[in-house]
Amino acid sequence: MTALKLMIVDDSNIMRRKIERSHQCARLQFIGAAGNGHQAVELFRRTAPDVVTMDITMPEMDGIECVKALVALNPDVLILIISALADKATAIEAMKQGANGFLCKPFTDRQLTEALDELLRGATQ
Amino acid sequence: MSMTRVELETFVQGTTHYFVTAANQAATVGSPYLVNEGSPALLEYTGVITIAGKRKGIVYFTASRPMLTVLLMRLGETDMTHENMADLVGEVANQISGNARRDFGREFMISVPRVLSGAQSESPTPADARSFVIPINWRSHSAQLVVCLD
Repeated sequence: MTALKLMIVDDSNIMRRKIERSHQCARLQFIGAAGNGHQAVELFRRTAPDVVTMDITMPEMDGIECVKALVALNPDVLILIISALADKATAIEAMKQGANGFLCKPFTDRQLTEALDELLRGATQ
Repeated sequence: MSMTRVELETFVQGTTHYFVTAANQAATVGSPYLVNEGSPALLEYTGVITIAGKRKGIVYFTASRPMLTVLLMRLGETDMTHENMADLVGEVANQISGNARRDFGREFMISVPRVLSGAQSESPTPADARSFVIPINWRSHSAQLVVCLD
């Protein structure tokens, strides 16, 4: 099975590395990380990832705006929001803009893997 | 508008949840107490979140370097640089404040973290503000979450 390319977007270095290190999805191959929405759009254009994990609270361009921009570039991209913002309205807004899943920080390794598995299952149904 | 006991409990629960989930080891989170005069003491690293929207003020997490070192190790980090300490203390403040939106709602708007380092840093709380301090004991270390909202 061909690996899917994974891009990680978060303004925290520690969180970027944790997401890269902690997920156990064999189908995902990490291809790059960005620290804000602008960097993410630029990296997305260069690397065309299949799956993106996206923080929301970031400087310069936040995650919701970035989701809109990425979906405009590729409507088929799979986006998992990984954010501390725990209110339902934010999750609903992210989904409206084109995100496919939502995982609340803090999370365990198992919760991250399950959220990514769920994202990939949804894409194949 | 002042803080209610129920609102403070949101931050107590958020702090408890952070340590259990992110560090996989529970912290002892004490009862909040009010600081009427002066500002709560800062430890070596402080992550400050500015709150806007329906509520205004700040929430900050302040911790010592030894505590952050152990916490970084629990997160799988081997890099114990100043940059990583600052990143972590900001992220803890961000996650506890962001989780509070579950109860406060979307109008509880949080900023990206601002990080102060050095125990001699100027307090981020306004001079006349009423701050609630939530004491945190984790392993052999102490830290504080400070909530200062109008």
